[in-house]
Amino acid sequence: MRKSRGNAIVYIILSVLGIIWVLPILWVIMTSFRQEAGSFTPYFFPKGFTFQNYINLFAENTTFNFSRWFSNTLIVSVFSCVLSTFYVLSVSYTMSRLRFRMRKKMMNIALVLGMFPGFMSMIAVYYVLKLFGISQSLLALILVYSSGAGLGFYVAKGFFDTIPKSLDEAAMLDGASKGMIFRRITLPMSKPIAIYTVVTSFMAPWVDYIFASVIMGDSYENYTVALGLFSMLEKEFIHSYYTRFAAGAVIVSIPIAILFVLTQRFYVQGITGGSVKG
Amino acid sequence: MGNITTALKKGDIITRVSFLIMGFGNLVRGQVVKGILYLAVEAVAIFYFLTSGFASISALRHLGTNEQGWVFDEEKGIDVLSTGDNSMLILLYGVLSLFILVAFIFIWSANVKDAYHVQNTVKFGKRPKTFREEIKEYTDSKLHQTLLFLPTLGIISFTVLPLVFMVLIAFTNFDRSHQPPGKLFTWIGLENFKTMLSSGSVIGKTFWPVLGWTFVWAIFATVFNYVLGMILAILINKKGIKYKPFFRTIFIMSIALPQFVSLLVMRNILDDDGALNVLLREAGIIENYIPFLTNGTMAKITILVVNLWIGIPYSMLITTGILMNIPADLYESARIDGASAITQFFRITLPYVLFVTAPYLITQFIGNINNFNIIYFLTKGGPATLDYYQAGKTDLLVTWLYKLTVNTKDYSYASTIGILVFVISAVVSLLTYRRTSSYKNEEAFS
Repeated sequence: MRKSRGNAIVYIILSVLGIIWVLPILWVIMTSFRQEAGSFTPYFFPKGFTFQNYINLFAENTTFNFSRWFSNTLIVSVFSCVLSTFYVLSVSYTMSRLRFRMRKKMMNIALVLGMFPGFMSMIAVYYVLKLFGISQSLLALILVYSSGAGLGFYVAKGFFDTIPKSLDEAAMLDGASKGMIFRRITLPMSKPIAIYTVVTSFMAPWVDYIFASVIMGDSYENYTVALGLFSMLEKEFIHSYYTRFAAGAVIVSIPIAILFVLTQRFYVQGITGGSVKG
Repeated sequence: MGNITTALKKGDIITRVSFLIMGFGNLVRGQVVKGILYLAVEAVAIFYFLTSGFASISALRHLGTNEQGWVFDEEKGIDVLSTGDNSMLILLYGVLSLFILVAFIFIWSANVKDAYHVQNTVKFGKRPKTFREEIKEYTDSKLHQTLLFLPTLGIISFTVLPLVFMVLIAFTNFDRSHQPPGKLFTWIGLENFKTMLSSGSVIGKTFWPVLGWTFVWAIFATVFNYVLGMILAILINKKGIKYKPFFRTIFIMSIALPQFVSLLVMRNILDDDGALNVLLREAGIIENYIPFLTNGTMAKITILVVNLWIGIPYSMLITTGILMNIPADLYESARIDGASAITQFFRITLPYVLFVTAPYLITQFIGNINNFNIIYFLTKGGPATLDYYQAGKTDLLVTWLYKLTVNTKDYSYASTIGILVFVISAVVSLLTYRRTSSYKNEEAFS
């Protein structure tokens, strides 16, 4: 008897919390279908529902070129995710499996570099890009997102650490070179961590605001969705574009939400994996 | 270094010539392609350093001497505009040249070692490796160099180079009144740090309160999210609760939503005329709006509460798996001893989870010190105050840094803050990270 009452309380707490957590999300979705314009309404449920916000988002390109921003972000995501995945897998495999003189030292340097606030050097990055003559371009964004990826090798390294070394040794006895072991044995076995890396680096350009804003400046043509949606909320636009902003937010969120829900177990492994085994 | 002195002492004349003419040893002893490559590197380097490299490095001493301005041109008999030096470019090119110099020294010492190595190979009557054989080594015994080459190049050019540049700026007076190309800036030593840390200047009067709030925020945000997330995970995992995956997914939804979306929506809802205030007023609960984001203290509380919405699901997600790993017999025997649920939580659950997630907690703390999104999207650091220099009541060090960089171009102060944040993060993590098991037991699985 006591037990079922305890469970009832838990159900009530969970339901209340669940509603609190879902409410803002629900609110965005409803706003995206709201017929009336404006950044807020003095009532919760919209008076009328429409699909027009989504259509306008892609059809009207004069003030906000959302379709262009969307394809920009997609291009940047695809390229930077390919590069980042390659970088992360190379570095983490090297640090996990190969033994060489500077290994420990390099890992410590990576740790130290990670402790500087990420965007402390953003203005310097901007000038370096300008030096190369590629500031305010999509290429610049791709390079900035992917080039630092090699520093985030810890999660993948933890994964490689768990693949038994006896496999490598057996292959080595059969005369395989280290490069062959990497390509033929380790890479095929590292599918989960490869997926994790692909997904996280694919998602980064969709949600990043800081770097994109510093690098792109006023180059509207090359904005990513995060920058673009943010600019819809400026004072002069917010009233007439708020519902459209919500529609854009929903469109951006859906793929990210799906990817995240599908790969959450790798995310958890990545954070706890290194420590659980110790 | 040791190898180079050995090469100098024990090397024959050919090896010693390689100190000056790179690749000489390889060329003489039959490794033609490699020798030519070394020689080519030397030629390019000499050309670069003589034409611009050395000049760039030596200009680093003063960062430019000619200010932009009107200079009397004797031939024309009138004043003409002289472009002057650009301190920013001088610093950038200087740092770049230093990097190239380091890279060159690296290749040069490889060349010396190589020459000595091939000398020994010949001495012991072996055949020096052909170029093709050496290339092949890069897929086997030197695989680490192949795999690390591109990632390191990326990190050096887009992380290390900008970082060095920015760290150096902290020792100059590159602020809003010394902006190139019009004005010069120059080295001022530790002056910025003094200004920042002294309580007399307006910068210092901003720094200390902002630092205080950064710590308060990081501690509260980390602890609340962690403990409450764990409790949520315990509730969902409780025996007899159905629909566990359903509840979990509901909370995970908020992680899946990009932060800039959820935070911007929250900002809108919590605005003075926002949905929440309007609803509360309509319902007759309040008469005047509640300044969720426009009153300093209130805004800080709001930020911490909103952060719960963002952060609790993360720690729930992470502790869920660990909770399932706690041996059930621990609770069994605790129940037999008559321990209450609360005692069990503090004596079994918390210590166990804490032990496993210690590194996560540290990263969370550092992450919160650097948490840009929640402040910038929710309050933009506001409400603004005249007591602070370019910062609002809820600004963290990093958002203040961002404002100083983007709004006022006070780069020198911005990088000073960056260095101080680095020092804080480094001290916190060095004290704790090295003690965690994942660092010590790296080889545990092999």
